[in-house]
This record gives sequence, C-alpha cells and structure tokens, in this order.
Amino acid sequence: MIARRLRASLKGWGGVGAMLVACVLTAVFALLLPLSHTRGDGSPGAVGPGIAEATQAKADACDGHPERQSPPASGDESGPAVSAIKKRGYLSVGVDQNSYRWGYRDPNTPGSDLEGFDIDLAHEIARQILKDPNAVRFHAIPTNQRIPAIRSGQVDMVVRTMTITCDRLKDVAFSDPYFTTGQQVLAPKSSGITGYDRSLAGKRICTAEGSTANTELTLDRKTGRLAASADISTTVPNQLDCLVKLQLGEVDAVVTDGALAASQAAQDPTVELKGKPFTTEYYGVAMNKQAQDLVRRVNQVLVDYRKGGWQTSYTKWLAQTLGADSASSRPPSA
Amino acid sequence: MTQPQQGGAPPVTPTRPVLPPQSTGPAPQQAPVPSGRPAATPPRRTAFAEGVDRLRSAATTEPGRLRIIGAVLAVLVVAFGVVTAWQMTDRSTAADDVLHSSQPLSAGAADIYRSLADANTAASSGFLSGGQEPPATTRRYEQDIQTAAAKLVTAAASTEPGSPAADTVTKLNKLLPEYKGLVERARANNRQGFPVGGAYLRAANEKMQQEMLPAAQDLYTKENQRLRSDYAKATPYPWFALVLGVAALAALGWAQRRHYLRTNRVLNQGLVAATAASAIVLLWLVVGHSVARAGLDSSYEHGVRSLNVLHDARIASLNARGNENLTLVSRGAETKKLPDGRVEDAYDYAFQQDMKTLSAGLDEAESLADDQAGRQPVSAATGNMKVWQQRHTQARAADDDGNYQAALNKIIGAKADQPTGECFDGVDANLAKALAHEENEFEQAAGDGLGAMTGLPEGAAVLAVLGAAAAVLGVGRRLSEYR
Repeated sequence: MIARRLRASLKGWGGVGAMLVACVLTAVFALLLPLSHTRGDGSPGAVGPGIAEATQAKADACDGHPERQSPPASGDESGPAVSAIKKRGYLSVGVDQNSYRWGYRDPNTPGSDLEGFDIDLAHEIARQILKDPNAVRFHAIPTNQRIPAIRSGQVDMVVRTMTITCDRLKDVAFSDPYFTTGQQVLAPKSSGITGYDRSLAGKRICTAEGSTANTELTLDRKTGRLAASADISTTVPNQLDCLVKLQLGEVDAVVTDGALAASQAAQDPTVELKGKPFTTEYYGVAMNKQAQDLVRRVNQVLVDYRKGGWQTSYTKWLAQTLGADSASSRPPSA
Repeated sequence: MTQPQQGGAPPVTPTRPVLPPQSTGPAPQQAPVPSGRPAATPPRRTAFAEGVDRLRSAATTEPGRLRIIGAVLAVLVVAFGVVTAWQMTDRSTAADDVLHSSQPLSAGAADIYRSLADANTAASSGFLSGGQEPPATTRRYEQDIQTAAAKLVTAAASTEPGSPAADTVTKLNKLLPEYKGLVERARANNRQGFPVGGAYLRAANEKMQQEMLPAAQDLYTKENQRLRSDYAKATPYPWFALVLGVAALAALGWAQRRHYLRTNRVLNQGLVAATAASAIVLLWLVVGHSVARAGLDSSYEHGVRSLNVLHDARIASLNARGNENLTLVSRGAETKKLPDGRVEDAYDYAFQQDMKTLSAGLDEAESLADDQAGRQPVSAATGNMKVWQQRHTQARAADDDGNYQAALNKIIGAKADQPTGECFDGVDANLAKALAHEENEFEQAAGDGLGAMTGLPEGAAVLAVLGAAAAVLGVGRRLSEYR
C-alpha cells in the first residue's frame, strides 16, 4: 500500500517534493556525519553516543535511499567490535550455501568448500582485517534467520545476497552497497515472455514466500502494472525451488532478484533473464547495529575492493550470465 | 436313512409321518385349523397342514412316536455336524487367510512402506557423498525401488478393483516414477555441481514424505484392518454348533432313557453309537477350537502387534536418517517456526520428531517382546539409537560452528570418524533381526492354530452322518418289533 502510494505520488508533483525532502535530508547528513566523524577520531570513548545519534537520525530519514545510510568508511581498527574479532582470530560470517555463484558448495571439490561472489567478499574482509583470507568461519543460515543471527551475535556479519531496506535498517546496520540488482524475470529462452510486461498475462509466475518479488507482484497486480490474469499463486520456501518448478513445467516464469535469477540461469542453459530489472536494489553486508566500528571498517574494505577485487570476482562468477559489462551491477560509489 | 431327508422338507404325498420344517416338538399343537372341513375347502388345505394333521394322528400310536423320535434325533445330529462343519470351515478359512493371505499382504505393505522410506534415505545419503555416488548406496536405492515396484504388483493383484486399497496402489504406482524422476534430476544436477540438485532432492523428499509415505502407510493400515478382520472371523466361539451339539446329546440321552423305561433294555446299540459320534464331534470341536484360538491369539499378541510396532520404529529410523542427511544437503533452505516462536531448520526439526517416534516405538517393542531372543535385538537397537543421538549432537555442533566437513564426516564419514551412519545401520540391522524373529513367532503360532482345526469340518460332517444313521437304525430296530 505504502509503496504503491509512494510510486503514484512520485509520478506527480508530489514526487518533486519528496525528492526535495530527500535532498535536504542528505545534505543534513553530509553535514552531520563529518562532524561525528571528527569527534570520533580524537577520542574513541566519545564515538558511541555521537554515532548512535547519527544512526537514529538516518533511520528516521530512510525513505527512498536505504543504501545511503551507512556510516563513512574508516580503516580504524581500535573499536570494540573489530578488536573482538582480531582477538578471536577469525571472522564469523553468515552465508548461503544454495545460491550458485554467490554462496554454494561444489560437491565435486575436495572438502566441498563454499565458493561464490559473496564468499570472495567474506574472504576479502577477513584478509584485510585479520591479514588471512581463510580466517573465516562460515555459517549456512536460512534467509529468514539472517537478522536473528546478527542480533543474537551468532555471526559478526551476514554476506548473503541481502538487500538493504529501510525495514531491515531498523534491526541491523548495513555496509555501503556492494552490488546493484533489481527484480527480474527469468523464463525459458523459447518462451514468449519478453520481460516484466504484458507478455506475462495468463502466465504462472513463481516467487519465494515472503520475498520482495512476491510483495512487488502482489502490489503490481492490484495497480495493473502486472496483468490481472497472471497467476502468482505459486510460492516456494526457497527461490531455488522456483527453478525446479520452471524446469518441471509447473510455472512459466520466475521473478526474483536479478542476481539470483542469474544464479539460476547459470544452472540451466535453456533459461535466461528477460528484460531489464524493474526495481533497483542494493546488496549490503549486514552487521550488528552496535558494531558501528565494524561497519566503517567493512566500508573501508569495500572502498578498496571496488578498485580491483570486485571486478575479478565478478568476472569469475557472474560475467557468464550477467554479461561481461559489469556497469549495471556495480554499486554506486559512496 | 431316508427318513431324515424327508422330514426336512414338506412332503407332497407323505405315506409316513413326517416333520414340519424347522419345528419339531410343539408341532402337533400348532395346527388347530385343518380338522374342520377338509374336503370342503381343498384349495386352502396345504401340504403342510395335511402333514401336520397326519403327524398328529401318528403321534397317538407308539410306532408313530418312534418314527418322530428317530427323525428328530437324526435331524439334530446331522444339523450339529453340518453347522460344525460350516462354522469351522469359516474359521479355518479365516485362519488360513491370516497365515497365507492377509498377514503376508500386511507384511508386503510394510515392505512397500519400508522400501520407499529406505530408498529416500539412500538417495539423500548418496547425494551427500558428492557428485560421484558410492556404488553401495546406489545399489541399495535401486534395490529398494525394485522391491517397492514388485510388492506393489502383489498388492494390486490382491485388492478389489475400485476399492480404496486399489486406489492407493494406483496412486503409489503413479508417484513412484515421478519420485524417481526427481531423484535422477537431483543426481544429474549434483554431478555438475549445481545447487538446484539439492532443490530437486528436497522436492523428491517432499513428494515422498507428503504423498508417497502417507499412501504407503494407508495401504499398510488397510491391509492390517483386513488382517484384523480375518482374526475376528477366525477366533469367535462357534456357539451355534456348540448349542446344537449339546441339544443333540441331550435328545439322545432322553431317547435312551425313554427306551430304557419302556423296554427295560439298557442299551440300544444304534443310539449309543450316535451318542458316541456326537460326543466325539463336540469334544473335538471344543478342544480343537480352543487350541486354534489360543494359537491365533498368541500369534496376534506376540507376532502381529510386535511386528506393527517394529515396522513403525524402523520407518521412523529411516525417516530420521533421511532428514539428518537433508539437514546437511540444504542447511537453511527451509525453516519451521515452532509454536513457542523459535525457528528451526525444517529437516533438523523433523529429525528430532522421528527420533522421538523411534524411541517410543523401541520402548513399546521391548515391552511387547516375550522372550530373550526377541528382546535382545530391540535393546541393541535402543543402544544404537542413544549413541546416534549423541553423535548427531556433535555433528550439528560442528555444522553450527561452520565446520561443514567435520559435520559431514560425523554423518557419512569413515569408521574412524564415528559417524551417525554406523548407528543408523545398527538400528536398522537390529530391527530387521527383531522383525525376522517376530515374523517367525507369528508363523509358528498361527500355523499351530490353523493346524488345530485341520480335518475338523470334514470329520464333524462324516461323524454326524454316521451318528444320524446309527440313531435311525437304532430306532428302526425298535420299530421293527411292532411289525
């Protein structure tokens, strides 16, 4: 409902107003953040309250751009969260083990080690903070356990194709975005479906239970953006189950994050991504809200990662299905 | 010899006194109508009424009475024999069905159930081992599928077309190739290292758990109901035959007493022979049926009940193993929210439930086991299960700690890793042993029960005919004294 109203209002003059408000707020943060930053540099003890205030202000202002809410990068490693990790000697990371090319186990490698784009990033964070890329303990956690795992302290961070949203920002802190994606349609190459458009009329579409895709589709069918004849009743526990249904011919198309749709396409040469993503979303590393020093440190890792490692990892895992040109997937620079 | 047969049906032109059908004693008093105007209303005078009329007149003379007594005795003895033969044939057939039809079918349904669960477990074990599955696991899986398919054919042959059991068999026949297709897809994808293989395995598992195993269980339940109803037909006392037997003996005794009082002769050989024959049949009936009943009851108490409990426990252990494997295959792919708000991995949760069922089943099986040979494998399985749970906890701890390889080794590793697979194999082997023992006990007890009824229907029929003949001869001898 809110999103629909938002979209409707964005179309008209209301949109201009909303953008103005967003600009003003961004400007306020731009002023506020360096302030707390400088304060934090001098005396580590004073960092806590200052940042907490800043985060509070940001959470309230989270409309339209949840991906811009992360605190600025910092290489400082004296904060409590980073110190604790350094003392422990390894990084505890929540990951997926079922997302091909993102986080998965190849049963044909000795030890069935986890690998993929997310896993590379986790190794890079460990390499920079602990000087050892293998000082990581991976925990395979379910999608709906990502936030509880962070809040309970079971993991230091979650690197698991996790979209930065305002809702989630209430519970956890995110790093700067490390990947740009959006909801996208996946269908057999031979199918008449051309993208998120009228070609979906009368088709059976599969989404994961409680996923962004499911929410979007339900809304869009009400507003008419999606044909009312499209059957979106098929929902599955895990997005990968949609590929099973697609291959078995039980559904005609899958809607999920473009990045995950690409991961599905990589497992089946007869299906492909159709059309452009119809939303814009960003993946971020999720961490505990209290661990602001860790968030900053990870942001610093990302600054360096974007310069080289990111592209190498993209080429290795994603270029095949997302295209050699990584421009549309690159995260906006903070 | 011919008297009793004539006495059984209303004679059209009787020359001798005969009996009305069904009723013997009070018959003469029952016909008040006919004596009025017999010639005036010929259409209204039935053969029955005429027969009764003649009977009444016959009853006034001693030879007439003797004829009636002879007929009644013959009819009683023959009826006793016939009813005994009939009731015991029913029971003997039912007991034979228990031993040779419904119990094997029930065991067959249990085999289908077990093979399917075992195939599902083998499929997940093989999957967990990586793209190249161990040949032993593949063989076990294929063997299970073949067993299930073969037993489904047997089950189909013994069900009535259109019956619920037949529908269940049809459903399973349809689902089996679907399931196998999903497993093959899972394997093909796993070989290429695609995680969608795991998704296929979960889909196959879901088909098995949600559709096939309930159907197999349903079939098993239905076959068990049939078994129970065969038991119910085989064991009740043949009251009708017993009452007739006592009545025949009482009538023979009364006839002999009458004979003694009238003639002062102690023995009438024919009547004594008839009494002896009837007594033998009655004794045989009582002893034979009691022994049969005891055997059947014991085969149910000690065989069937234990078998059911053991089958259920074995299925629970198979499902637990399958779920344990799937927890590692797709950790995090599916979760289950518990009533208290906690969220658990769906497969780990299912594992815990299966282990509870297994534990309860083993406890019950142990209390049902009636001898050391039956108890030993069950308590061994309980021991295996306890170690299994300990090792499972270690495996889960390793997995939760991010050490996948250690967890994997703890589940399907080599002997040195002390894997849970070892414990599962132990549980399975011990339960198979216990099942074989109980199966044997069942066959022995039920076989004894069936054996106790052997020849009883035929023997009762032959002795009754001889007894009736003797009674008729005995009465005939006395009757000849009036000529």
